[in-house]
Amino acid sequence: MALLEVKNLEVSFGLRSGEVKALRNISFNLDRGERLGLVGESGAGKSVLGFSILNLISRPGRISAGEIWFDGQNLANLSAEGIRAIRGNRISMIFQDPMMTLNPVLTIGQQMVECLQAHRKISFDAAKTIAVQKLKQVYIPSPETRFDQYPHELSGGMRQRIVIAIALLLDPDIIIADEPTTALDVTIQAEIMELMVELCERNNVALILITHDLGVVSQATQKTIVMYAGRIIEQGPTKEIINDAQHPYTQGLMNALPQMAIPGQRLNQIRGAMPPLQRIPTGCAFNPRCDYAEEACKRELPTFTRSGNCQVACHMVAAMRKAEQTQEGV
Amino acid sequence: MIAFFIKRLFQAIIVMFVISLISFSIQDNLGDPLREMVGQSVSEAERQALRDEMGLNDPFLIQYGRFLGNVLQGDLGTSYFFKEPALEVILKKMPATLELVFGATIIIVLFSVPLGVYSAIKPFSWFSRVVMGVSIVGISVPVFLTAIGLIYLFAIELGWMPSYGRGDTVDMFWGWDSGLFTLDGLHHLILPSFTLASIMLPLFIRLIRSEMMEVLQSEYVKFAWAKGLHSRRIYFLHALKNTMLPVITVGGVQIGTMVAYTILTETVFQWPGMGFLFLEAVNRVDTPLIVAYLIVVGAVFVVTNTIVDLIYGLVNPTVKLAGK
Ligand SMILES: Nc1ncnc2c1ncn2[C@@H]1O[C@H](COP(=O)(O)OP(=O)(O)OP(=O)(O)O)[C@@H](O)[C@H]1O
Ligand SMILES: [Mg+2]
Repeated sequence: MALLEVKNLEVSFGLRSGEVKALRNISFNLDRGERLGLVGESGAGKSVLGFSILNLISRPGRISAGEIWFDGQNLANLSAEGIRAIRGNRISMIFQDPMMTLNPVLTIGQQMVECLQAHRKISFDAAKTIAVQKLKQVYIPSPETRFDQYPHELSGGMRQRIVIAIALLLDPDIIIADEPTTALDVTIQAEIMELMVELCERNNVALILITHDLGVVSQATQKTIVMYAGRIIEQGPTKEIINDAQHPYTQGLMNALPQMAIPGQRLNQIRGAMPPLQRIPTGCAFNPRCDYAEEACKRELPTFTRSGNCQVACHMVAAMRKAEQTQEGV
Repeated sequence: MIAFFIKRLFQAIIVMFVISLISFSIQDNLGDPLREMVGQSVSEAERQALRDEMGLNDPFLIQYGRFLGNVLQGDLGTSYFFKEPALEVILKKMPATLELVFGATIIIVLFSVPLGVYSAIKPFSWFSRVVMGVSIVGISVPVFLTAIGLIYLFAIELGWMPSYGRGDTVDMFWGWDSGLFTLDGLHHLILPSFTLASIMLPLFIRLIRSEMMEVLQSEYVKFAWAKGLHSRRIYFLHALKNTMLPVITVGGVQIGTMVAYTILTETVFQWPGMGFLFLEAVNRVDTPLIVAYLIVVGAVFVVTNTIVDLIYGLVNPTVKLAGK
């Protein structure tokens, strides 16, 4: 059985203008120790998905349908105390901007010890020993000194290491990292990414890595989910998706990668922009921006088609697979 | 630390300089001191001679310089009415005013923090709505109306509280007395304190609420939730500490201004403090006393601001007082 099983998850925001659905029909599995990349343009719903796994969507948002199975419990309708005991303990999070993630008025030590004490009956000294050991794991120099310092005394890269150390404190099963390197200096982005992969691998921690960057996904993950306007449009093994993306949207994201560009030419951005939640087109949400869109794409929501080891929600891909099958049948 | 003190001292000097300038202009323009000192029978020539002798005909700057020199020596002139050094007259009344401000401050802290925090945590509960509604009304009710309302209800109708005066006091050092150490004194302090507090309380509740709501939206509070901390710790440590930082700054300044607001409260309750005295001095055109009052209040203002800055520096680790 999978470590985490998300089934038909739906998240809604009750806005003044009416209810909008930020996530629809999200289903995927995550195995122990597996690393999953979550990609898509800004506003696709990646962060909402990350937060909703720990039921951290606050008003006016809520999980309006679906199940999140973890360790025999449905996190979507667990009691407040039940979900609290999971957060930071079995499933922990890493946020985007380490400048904002740590509380400015509490020391690093306080912010680590409190996390241990929230989940275990443990003395301050015992907690400190664990905290210092985790700081060493993320290669913080002179961890005992850092332990007593305030966040503002540390650099951005250092702070993100500390956030990673906090995420590892209770030896979680899953870490959800929401763009953990985006806010960092480019020179240390790769370093932090490598550190995360190394630590997850060594401790057999599953990782959900939210990012814009398909390049990072291809290096760090085994599985990829591509999201568009609140839905999954393609998911499967990272290798297959990177080498042979099926969905025109995923292809577009690939073509927009700087590595793919011919030097001196503009990047191949997908034309247009993702629609706001209030104005998602009928049919396939991507159809107004798609070069291959046909009549069916404007009318009908595509269902998932199997393509290799991937699931793709695209009418064109469905038609192609069908044609292949009938050919084989002949 | 030293740099901080030098900076504060510099600011204090500038503030006091401005206050002294204002005070001096008041003294210069408010009434004719000679009229207060001599009778009608004195001739114009004699008056002019007296003026010359007192230096009242000297250029502005020279007069001001002389005034400043006296002030620096603690000499703010002699009260026309009390025939005593003005500074002493004022300082004798200071404990009463400070006690009133102290009482009001305690009430403000006691009420504004829990109410502000609660209405930030549960903004949609009926209790929060009531608190917010009452505080809106509270802001617009004038002090004397609050005072009269309180006196009517608690002193006249219910008879629980005395309606005026300071009650029993005990002698302290420097000829000061205090009402904080007698039951009767504390009893007398309640209504005036609530009246004075009522000016600032709604403001503080709303300030704390809005600061807290903003802090609750911050990334570090979201991260605290993601760490699985108990809500108590998130609200009362992570959020409250960050909420109180800006509130302390604003609050300190407001406590300074509250000294000035005591004038109305003291008058309604006939509270024998500096404010009450000041109003009497204005009525009697007792210029030295007026000037002394302004300077003392200015000094109190500067001192409270310095203390507030110190506290802020102690609570906020990102401000380095010691330059460690
Ligand atoms: N508190 C909220 N209230 C209303 N709508 C929200 C709220 N939070 C998120 N949304 C909506 O949900 C959608 C998905 O947002 P989300 O933050 O998950 O995007 P994202 O994929 O993480 O984008 P980015 O790459 O910019 O981080 C957006 O359209 C956003 O407007
Ligand atoms: Mg996001």
